[in-house]
Amino acid sequence: MALSEAEVRHVARLARLDLSDDDVAELAPQLSEILEYAQQVGEVAADDVEPMIHPFPVMNVVRADFPAPSLPRDLVLDGAPDARDDRFAVPRIVAEDA
Amino acid sequence: MTADLLTASAADLAGRMAAREVSAREVVDAHLDRIAATDGDGTGDADVHAFLAVVADTARRHADDVDQRRVTGRDLGPLAGVPLALKDLFTMRGAPTTVGSRILDGWVPPYDATVTERLRAADVIVLGKTNMDEFAMGSSTENSAFGPTRNPWDLGRVPGGSSGGSAAAVAACQAPLAVGTDTGGSIRQPAALCGLVGGKPTYGTVSRYGMVAFASSLDQAGPLARTVTDAALLQSVLMGHDPRDSTSIDEAAVGQPYPDLLATLDDGVDGLTIGVVTELRGEGYEPAVLAAFENSIQRFEALGATIVEVSLPHASYGLPAYYLVAPSEASSNLARFDGVRYGLRVDAPTAEEMNAATRGQGFGPEVRRRIMIGTHALSSGYYDAFYAQASKVRRLIAQDFASAFDTVDVLVSPTSPTVAFPLGDKTADPLAMYLNDVATVPASLAGVPAVSVPNGVDGAGLPIGLQVMGPLLGDDRCYRVARALEADLDLDPIARGPHALAAPA
Repeated sequence: MALSEAEVRHVARLARLDLSDDDVAELAPQLSEILEYAQQVGEVAADDVEPMIHPFPVMNVVRADFPAPSLPRDLVLDGAPDARDDRFAVPRIVAEDA
Repeated sequence: MTADLLTASAADLAGRMAAREVSAREVVDAHLDRIAATDGDGTGDADVHAFLAVVADTARRHADDVDQRRVTGRDLGPLAGVPLALKDLFTMRGAPTTVGSRILDGWVPPYDATVTERLRAADVIVLGKTNMDEFAMGSSTENSAFGPTRNPWDLGRVPGGSSGGSAAAVAACQAPLAVGTDTGGSIRQPAALCGLVGGKPTYGTVSRYGMVAFASSLDQAGPLARTVTDAALLQSVLMGHDPRDSTSIDEAAVGQPYPDLLATLDDGVDGLTIGVVTELRGEGYEPAVLAAFENSIQRFEALGATIVEVSLPHASYGLPAYYLVAPSEASSNLARFDGVRYGLRVDAPTAEEMNAATRGQGFGPEVRRRIMIGTHALSSGYYDAFYAQASKVRRLIAQDFASAFDTVDVLVSPTSPTVAFPLGDKTADPLAMYLNDVATVPASLAGVPAVSVPNGVDGAGLPIGLQVMGPLLGDDRCYRVARALEADLDLDPIARGPHALAAPA
C-alpha cells in the first residue's frame, strides 16, 4: 500500500491541512509503512461479522425534550479568534468574482 | 512532616484530614511547594515538567473552603481535601485547556468537564493541568507542543504517554492522585513506566463530556495513584451515568449495575481463576518484563488462584485495527479545529485557505500524521477495507474476551513490552512507537476494564507493570487482583534509583 506524494497531497487537501514539500516527502513513506502494517486487518473478519462501535448495544440515545440554557454567548465568543456582531467572523467563503 | 505528607497515600491523607490532624490547606501547600521545587520552569535536565499550568490560588481557596466546612462538622467525601493533577484535556473554567497543542492557543474553556465537576463535588482539589502527548496521541509525552515530561525514576527517560504528565506528577510526589485518559493504553502504559497503579474503566462508565475527543469510541478517563486503594477510590468518584454523553452507560438501559470497587478490594485471589494471555507475551517483550510477569504468576498461584493459559486468537490484530480506528475517529473529531471558534487562527484570504493554514501550523507532526491516516482510511473507496474492516476485527477481539471470561475471572499480561526508554529513542520511527501499545490495545478495542499494577523493577531499577483485564463492568475484579499482588509484593511506591528525582526529605 505505497502512497505517492500526489496521493498524500490529495489526502491533505481533503483534511484541510497545509503541508510543505518537505512534509509531503517525509509523510509519503511513513504513511505507506503504517497503512501496510494496518492492512493486516484484511486477513480476518468475513462479511458475516458485525462491525463494533460500542461494547454495549447502545443506540438512538436522545435527551429529554425540554428547554435548557446554553452557554452564555459572550463567553463563547470570547474564545474565538475573531467575532463581530455577536457572531463568529471568518474570511470570505465565496470568491469575489464567483 | 512535609515529606510525610508528600509520600502518604490519598486514603491516609484523607483519614488524617478527617481526624483533623492536618488541614487541607497544609496538604495542598506542601504539594504546591513540591511542584515548584521539582517542576522548575520545565526546561532543565532535572525538571520533571509534569504540569502545563498550576492553579495555586484556586487550589488554596478550595482547600480553605474544605477546612472551614470540616470545622462546621459537615459530612465530606472520602477524598475531601486530597490534591490531584488533572490531564490537560479536561475543560476546567479559569485556566487554559491546551491538550498539549498550539491549536488551542489562548483558549480558556467556558465550561467544566463532567470529570472536573465530579472532582469538585467530591472536594478533591485540582492543583493544575498536566502535560500530555498532543491530543493524547503518543506513548512518551514527547509529542507535547510544550516540551517533554521526564520520568521521576530516571530523569533521562520518558514517563510513557499520553498521560505522562499525570503519571510523572504522582511518581514525583507532586500529587497523590491524577486523572488521565486511556484510548489505547495512555493511562496503563505511563502507570507501568512510572511505577504506579493506573486504571482504564469499562468504556462508558466515566463521562466524556468536556474531555477533548481523540477517538470517541475508545477514549476513557481513569485514575493514576501510588496504591491500588487510592486508584479505586478515585475511580469511584469519576464513574457515573451522564446524560450529556450519549455513550455513557445507563444502568437501567444495560440492565447491569456499575461495579462497587471497594467492597471486594481486599478479598484476595484465593479461589479465583486467572487467565494468562498467550498472545500478549513473548517476542518483543524485554526479558526483565517477562521474568517479573512469570514471578507474579507464581505468586498468584501461591496465593490460591488457579492459573490457566488462555488464547485471544485475534489479539495480534489489535494493534493494526487500533491504528485504523483511532486515527479515523481522530480525523473526524479534529475537524472542529478550523480557526473559527476557538484558539489559533492563521490568516489567509479565504475561509478554506485559513482553515488549512491554521491546521497546518497548529498541529504537530504526530497529529498531522494521524489525521492523514484517518482521512485516507475514511476516504471514498477505502472505507470498507480500512475502517469497516477494523471495526469487524474489533468485534472478533471483543468476542475473544467474552469467551475467555466464560472460564476465567480475569486475564493478565505485562502492561508494556519495555520499561521506560530514553528521551528521543523512538521519536524518529512512528511505527516503533506504536508498538508500545501492543498489550494495552486489545482491552481498549473490546471496551473492557483493565488496571496496571506495579510488578517490580528491572536490573536498572526501572518499574515494570502487570495488566489485569476484566469483563465489561468487572472493574472491581481488576482492582481486587491488583490489590492482592500489591499486598504480596509490598513494593516501595516512591521513585528511587541512581538517576531518579530526589525523594521528599
